Parts: sequence; C-alpha cells; structure tokens
Amino acid sequence: MSEMMINISEKWGYHGVAALKKASPGYKMVIGFFALVGLAGLLVGLHGTFVGYRHVYNVTKEIPWGMLISAYIFCVVTSTGLCIVSSFGHVFGNEALMPIAKRAVFLSIIFLLGGFCIIFFDIENPFRMAIWNVISPNFRSNMWWMGTLYGAYMVFMMIEYYCLLNQNHTVSRIVGFIGLSVGIAAHSNLGGIFGMLHGRPFWYGPYLPIYFIFSAAMSGGCAILFFTTLAAKINPEIMNHRMERAVKSLTLLTIYFIATIIFFTIWKVITGLVSEGKYPIIMSFLTGDYAINFLFFEVFLGMVLPLFLLIASRGRRYTLIMWTTGLMMIGIFFMRYDIVIPGQMVPVYHSLGVVEASHLLSYVPSFHEIMASIWGLCFIIVAYLAGEKMLNGHQLQKHEIVPEGAYICPGCGGIHYMKEGETMEEAMKRQHGSW
Amino acid sequence: MKFPKIDFDAMKNEGTGSVTAVERRKFLKLGFAIAGVYAGGKLLSLTSLVGSAQASTAAERAVRDIYSPHYAMVIRQSMCIDCERCVEACIKTNDVPDYAYRTRILTKKYIGTLDKAVEFIPVLCNHCNNPPCVRGCPTKATYKDPVTGIVRMDNKKCIGCKTCMLACPYDARYFNEEKHAIDKCDFCWDKRLSKGETQTGCSAACPTGARTFGDLSDPNSIVYKLVHQIQEEVWVLRPEDNTKPNVFYMKGTIGSVDAILKGSKFKYFDPTNV
Repeated sequence: MSEMMINISEKWGYHGVAALKKASPGYKMVIGFFALVGLAGLLVGLHGTFVGYRHVYNVTKEIPWGMLISAYIFCVVTSTGLCIVSSFGHVFGNEALMPIAKRAVFLSIIFLLGGFCIIFFDIENPFRMAIWNVISPNFRSNMWWMGTLYGAYMVFMMIEYYCLLNQNHTVSRIVGFIGLSVGIAAHSNLGGIFGMLHGRPFWYGPYLPIYFIFSAAMSGGCAILFFTTLAAKINPEIMNHRMERAVKSLTLLTIYFIATIIFFTIWKVITGLVSEGKYPIIMSFLTGDYAINFLFFEVFLGMVLPLFLLIASRGRRYTLIMWTTGLMMIGIFFMRYDIVIPGQMVPVYHSLGVVEASHLLSYVPSFHEIMASIWGLCFIIVAYLAGEKMLNGHQLQKHEIVPEGAYICPGCGGIHYMKEGETMEEAMKRQHGSW
Repeated sequence: MKFPKIDFDAMKNEGTGSVTAVERRKFLKLGFAIAGVYAGGKLLSLTSLVGSAQASTAAERAVRDIYSPHYAMVIRQSMCIDCERCVEACIKTNDVPDYAYRTRILTKKYIGTLDKAVEFIPVLCNHCNNPPCVRGCPTKATYKDPVTGIVRMDNKKCIGCKTCMLACPYDARYFNEEKHAIDKCDFCWDKRLSKGETQTGCSAACPTGARTFGDLSDPNSIVYKLVHQIQEEVWVLRPEDNTKPNVFYMKGTIGSVDAILKGSKFKYFDPTNV
C-alpha cells in the first residue's frame, strides 16, 4: 500500500497530507479559518433545510430565484471558463498555455462541486431529483439538460484530470475535448434556461446563452490568473519561465475577453433602453436600486478597472495581477447577481397596468442565503489551498505534450525541435543565438 | 432567334390516350392542392372573425385540440366587484396556505374616465394549451392532462427547482411547504370536478357571474357561447407569450351577454335570410 502511494506521489506530484502538515502555521490558520466559516455556512444552510426555506430565505412567489442561484451560476460559469481556458493549451495544443492545464482543470472541478454545494440548498427536494431526473425525464426542459449535461461534464473533467495526473496526454486530450464540448453545451444551456423563459423579456432571446460562454471564458481567464499568481505567492517555486510565459499569454487572452464582455454589456444597455419589458430594469441599473451593483461592481470592478490594470501589468507584475483579478472576481459575482435578480424584478402583470404590479419587486438576500452561498465558496477556497500543498503546486516534470525530437527550452519555456544529430545545447544556440 | 410557327388550331387532337397514369395523377393532385388552398383560405378567413381571442380561435382549436371536456373559463371583467368570495372559496376548497394564493383579484385604476374609475381583474392559472411551465419542468411533475386539458401536478415528482414559477407568465404557482411541491390551480379537479361537480369553487362562489366556467367543446356551454361570438371583444392575458390560454376575458355587461346567451340574432339583417 505505502509503496503504491510513493509511486503515485512520484508520478502525480502528489505530496499528500504530509505536505499540508508541513505548511506554515499562517497557512494552516488561513485554511482553518475558511474551513470554519464554510462549516458555519453548512450548518446554517442545514438549519434552513430543517425549518423550511420559506421561513429563512427572502425569496418570494414572484422572485423565486435569489442569491443562491446567482452564487451557483458564478461557480459554474467560472468552472466552464477554466475548462475553456485550459483547453486552449492542452487540448488545442497552444503550448504557451500548457503549464496552467493541471491547475485549471483541478479548479474547474472544485468550482463545479462548489456550485453543487450551493444549489443543494436551493432545490427543495434534491433527493427526488436523483430519482425522477432519470425515471421521468423531460427532454424539452432546459433544467433537465442542465442537470444531465453538468453531471456528464463533471465526469469527463474528472477523467481528464486523472489522465493529466497519469501523464496520459493522448487520452486526456480526447477526454478534454469531449469535456469541453459537453461543458459548452451545459453552460450555454444554462443561459438557455433563462433565454427560453419567454415570459421574462429581460432574459428571453439568444443573448444569454452566447453571453454566458464569452463571460465564462472571461471568468476562467480571471480565475486562473488569480489562482496562479496567488499560488506563486504561496510557493514561489512554481513560477518558472514557462509559467511566466503562460501568465503573459493569459493576461492577453483575458484582456480580449474583457473587451468582448464590455461590448456585450454596452449593447445590452442600448437595446434594453428601447424595449418595454427591459426598460425599467436597465433604468434601475443606470439610476435606480441596482446602480451600485451595476455601475460600480459589474462595470467598474468587473470590466473597466481590470482592463486598464491588466494592460498596465504587461503580464509581468504578478502582485498587481493578483489584486486586479481578485477584485474582478468580486465584480464577476455581481455580474451574475445582476442577471438573476433583476430579470425577475418586473412583475408579470406589469404590462396590464394594475395597481398590484405597478412597482418593481425588490429582493435582499437573507442571512441564511448568504451563509449557504459562503459555504460553497469556502469549500472552493479550502479545496484550492489544500490542493496547492497536497498536489505540490500542480507541478509536474512533464505536464504537457512534448513531441518526439523536441524538448522544453529551459530558457524561454517554449518547445524547440532538434535537427538530426543536434544536441539540445546546439538546438538552443540555434534558436536563441548566443545564450 | 426564330421560333417555329405552330398553328395550334390546325393541329390534330392527340387524345388522352398518350397521357400516362402518373401524369394524370399529378394533374389531379395539382387540382386538389389549388382547391385545398382556396378552401383553407376560406376557413381561415372565417376564423379571423372570432373577435380578438387571438390565442385560441375556434377553428384552430377544432383542428388541434383533443380535449373533451375542454375546461375553460371566461371572466366577464366588468361584472367583478372585488368581493373576494372566489378567493375565499378557493382557499377553503383547496387548503391554500396563508402565504400564497391560487387565484387573486387585481385592481386597475383609471384616471380621466367618465363611467368607471376602477376595474377588477381576477387572475388564476390559464391552463394554457402551450404551457411554458410544462416545458420547463425537468421531471414532468407538472403536465397537461391529456383528457381535460387541465395543467396538473404530480407532487411526488416535483424537485422544487422553481423553474415553472418563473416560466409562468401569469404568476400562478407557488411552493407549498406542506405538500413539498409546487402547488397551483387545477380548476378544482381534485376537490370538485373529479367528484362529479360541474363548477369550480371560485365560479360557484361568484355572486355576479363574473367567472363563468364550462366546457369549451360543448356548444351548449356558456363558455362556448361567450367565446364564439363577435359582438363583444374577447381577449386573453399576455397573448405575446403565445401560451394559448384557456382563461378568456371580456368586458361583459349584463345586457350584451344576455343577448348572446339567448342566441338572439342581429335585428336588421339576418344573413341566413337573404
């Protein structure tokens, strides 16, 4: 048994619980803190389960989806985004992005699990779901497809991660491609849940499924930048030349995606201003109750600030990148919140002009909803922090595909080819001149 | 380019013997198709006369619907006085908890009108022919009853994801804690109709006859008569959502409705007697 463990640890770069024990007291305290907060969140959530969600949540008949759905969407968007960003490297062969693959796939799985932790407390009968989703499926329901596709996505991501650990890159590449396809299907379908509710003009249309995918790519870029630069603070060893190059490419990629989302948001606002159903919501974004959420958190913290700071960082100033993307994650959380809650703000009988539906509905998350969301988020943080230690900073001797006759350049981190009869040193000289 | 001159009048008749059976069949089909288009157009032009009950016009229903009895409600809005007896009856009949409702009465106020300053609009589940809630449900816990067309719940299958609550453009659903499932109006199927009654709790309790309930597939039913007339405008709520509701609305002053129900024809011109 112990021999097997040693083999695995060599092969997988797995350091086990021992590595966690060896961590500095400060690190342990941080993990302990988040574990305790997460545990508190779990207990508060379970309390809600026993007394009945109606009594402790602020969701109503008119606004049935609240903070928990927003937090769930935040988690699964990030998960899909990490999958998309990681696939550029180890599925589609862009070598600059290969070094992030292991961390990204690992984070993708734990973000998805974190999302499941949260939605567990939103669904009233989660155990019935396991039975009736299988026995009595409704293929026309986006909700059914969401459960099914995310389930499949999780399985593929786990197989992919196992293959990455095992350094079985051919299989990992194939499974990664399937996982990416299923992930994109699952995630655009999540947008489709909203996009196909045709009684809700703010959501209805093809905008959300498309937006969700691009938004996911942005979240993924942001998350992997944040967690990689944070990992470099935890363990500076991981930041080698290849990783530096990966961070640089990722910064560029994330800037592109932020620009895309800015474009999306501008048109959402402009088109919304002329639609009867969307107008009250857009106005509440610009001047009403959601102005701080939208203008400060979503637009400023989630898009404008990171755009400028990431450009300013040039992909080299890691502390700046860490703070920028950390703040951006908060902005992205509000971005999700601003999709879910305001979409339900306009009462369905608003257009009828009746007294009961003349005002916009309001919602403020309750203590239980916040704590249940925190439980999922803390799960992610603890799993990440523990993973950094136990999985040795997601390093591997060889965690990307190196073709035959090629080698990883210790100087630039790229993959170089050797000509016939050439040694590695000669090839390096040829590639880089006088190194 | 020159075309050869052919004198058709001088040509000999080939007879029909040289036309193959396939050709004949094709010609016949073309004829039928043209005749069909005209006949269809005639039918369609008739259906468009049925007021502005655009969601479920009579002919459309005749083609599509398989429900029998086809339960429906016509709400005569002007006759509602907001006494809320229907709401009370609903709560009593269906054990609706105090934190929710299956039906309610909305108030619409007018400014600058001469006759009325306020109107009451009762709302409930519209038992749509194209129900968005049924499409949204992942486990078929809510379904369209194949016999009666009532949108019903199978409580044990409900996972409580609340998609149907958001899909419903009529705000007709709520999560019932006691049943551990979404609850909604079922036209009193469980408590009354399945036990042989012909009226729902709310329609039986209505003192003014604002809520009329009946079978849309039965020409003698009051709802059939009210929907299949053109004197008074009939409409549905949120037609833009294409839900094809089975709850219809009309203003319905007592005089005009009386005339409709008695089947009195227009005074000066009877098209059947030209």
